[in-house]
Amino acid sequence: MPGIVSVTDLRKVYDGGFEALKGVNLEIRKGEILALLGPNGAGKTTLISAICGITTPTSGVIEVGGHNVQTDFRASRSLIGLVPQEITLEPFEKVLNAVRFSRGLFGKKADEAYLEKVLRQLSLWDKKDARIKELSGGMKRRVLIAKALSHEPRVLFLDEPTAGVDVDLRKEMWAVVRALKADGVTIILTTHYIEEAEAIADRVGVIANGELLLVEDKVKMMEQMGKKQMRIELQQPLDEIPQSMAHYDLVRGEDGSFLIYTYDTQGERTGITSLFADIAKAGLVLKDVQTSQSTLEDIFVDLVKEDA
Amino acid sequence: MNLQAILAIYKFEMVRFFRTIAQSVVSPVLSTSLYFVVFGAAIGSRIQQVDGISYAAFIVPGLVMLSVLTQSLTNAAFGIYFPKFIGTIYEILSAPVSHLEIVIGYVGAAATKSMIIGLIILATAFAFVDLHILHPFWMLSFLVLTCLSFSLFGFIIGIWAKSFEQLNLVPMLIVTPLVFLGGSFYSISMLPEFWQKVTLFNPVVYLVSGFRWSFFGQADVGVGISLVMIVVFLGLCLAVIGWIFRTGYRLKS
Repeated sequence: MPGIVSVTDLRKVYDGGFEALKGVNLEIRKGEILALLGPNGAGKTTLISAICGITTPTSGVIEVGGHNVQTDFRASRSLIGLVPQEITLEPFEKVLNAVRFSRGLFGKKADEAYLEKVLRQLSLWDKKDARIKELSGGMKRRVLIAKALSHEPRVLFLDEPTAGVDVDLRKEMWAVVRALKADGVTIILTTHYIEEAEAIADRVGVIANGELLLVEDKVKMMEQMGKKQMRIELQQPLDEIPQSMAHYDLVRGEDGSFLIYTYDTQGERTGITSLFADIAKAGLVLKDVQTSQSTLEDIFVDLVKEDA
Repeated sequence: MNLQAILAIYKFEMVRFFRTIAQSVVSPVLSTSLYFVVFGAAIGSRIQQVDGISYAAFIVPGLVMLSVLTQSLTNAAFGIYFPKFIGTIYEILSAPVSHLEIVIGYVGAAATKSMIIGLIILATAFAFVDLHILHPFWMLSFLVLTCLSFSLFGFIIGIWAKSFEQLNLVPMLIVTPLVFLGGSFYSISMLPEFWQKVTLFNPVVYLVSGFRWSFFGQADVGVGISLVMIVVFLGLCLAVIGWIFRTGYRLKS
């Protein structure tokens, strides 16, 4: 099944010669939440801008809902809602008017009932007659989201929606995103917060230096790339790791009071059973055993470091 | 045609206009009244007549044009510069709106505003001088054409400008001198022959002349030529705007 957004060989070279995107290929599936992770300047915003029509690609083809974004821009853009990274709002405008404007701009007939629903969902309804400059930063961000949702988009781009947003509001936004997903809206969000991707994304894409390093199902990615570690605490500190256990690549803790064993749960054998047997043979007495799994953050850091 | 979008832009701009209605209307009306007092009453009482028209009445078309030109330019320039400046332009660029629709929305609103202001100033003029408009239809046509073409010109300036200083540069440095030297306050037949020729390169001469003809039935330049010149200017502005959107000049990276 073709994706709702399909990006083929997308390149973008800015006037100054900077190559922001170096041939990106991406299929976004209908109804999924895709998180794009990457350091600052990786090309996340350029990618979104090219899909939404704000930046003209140097080469490559982009289709949204089967419509080419350059030759059939009316059809493709009607499907898209965009929440930009920066808070960009006309300060003197009233909230409801700003949202009405967005709906009209996208060619939709006025629908006050729908706008009320959107504003209520974002806890903005009682601020509908407030001027935007009177709102707090978090409220302004909600207005941006309300504007993007005003024309009932099928694909929603959230460019760092939770940067500089407090924990409560972030949780609230996640709830809104989940509700949209339940309505069948496809959501693409860029974020610095890996916990965000971990919490709500179905798939995760990692961008660095203008290249899409990988796009993978979040759970699968964490299974495949994630490592498990076991911390084995000993009753008696150990001066050196016995020769019989050298092939386990154990790491000895600072004072020798614990050992770290790294293993792959996807491997044929984890080696845990034989390790314990060898520990017993070497006469070591265990105090405690803990295991931990690496997070998306560890995976991300590894990936970007490899690329650099 | 995305009519909803044109309407949305137009309404948004008009709301902005009415929000600042006091400063939008009071300042041009005040400055025009000052011109009437100074040029019409004080100096005009010493100048008997120009081309058989009382001087106070003679300057009315020029004064209206002066305000309409400046208002069209600044309104249209600001209208598109502001979203660029605060970044809300992203929404316009990512909307399913064609370039033509953007221009119609913004320029239409700017032209409407200056039209309203021009008519208010004209009404003010009636309070100062005894006026009869000979060709009301042509008077309105010249007004509409001028509002449109200079709003288009202002739109270009708004896209070109990178700062508020640049935004004011063209109206201040080019348009005001052109208007003052364009026969607003005198008949160009009063000038030495050489300067009469030079003046013909000033587009504002044709605007003021044609506009004045619609009031009094006489003008410095033939009314047909005036009309042609305005339409040429309009076409020129449209061509530049077409190029801007094709290339994305100062709008898209």
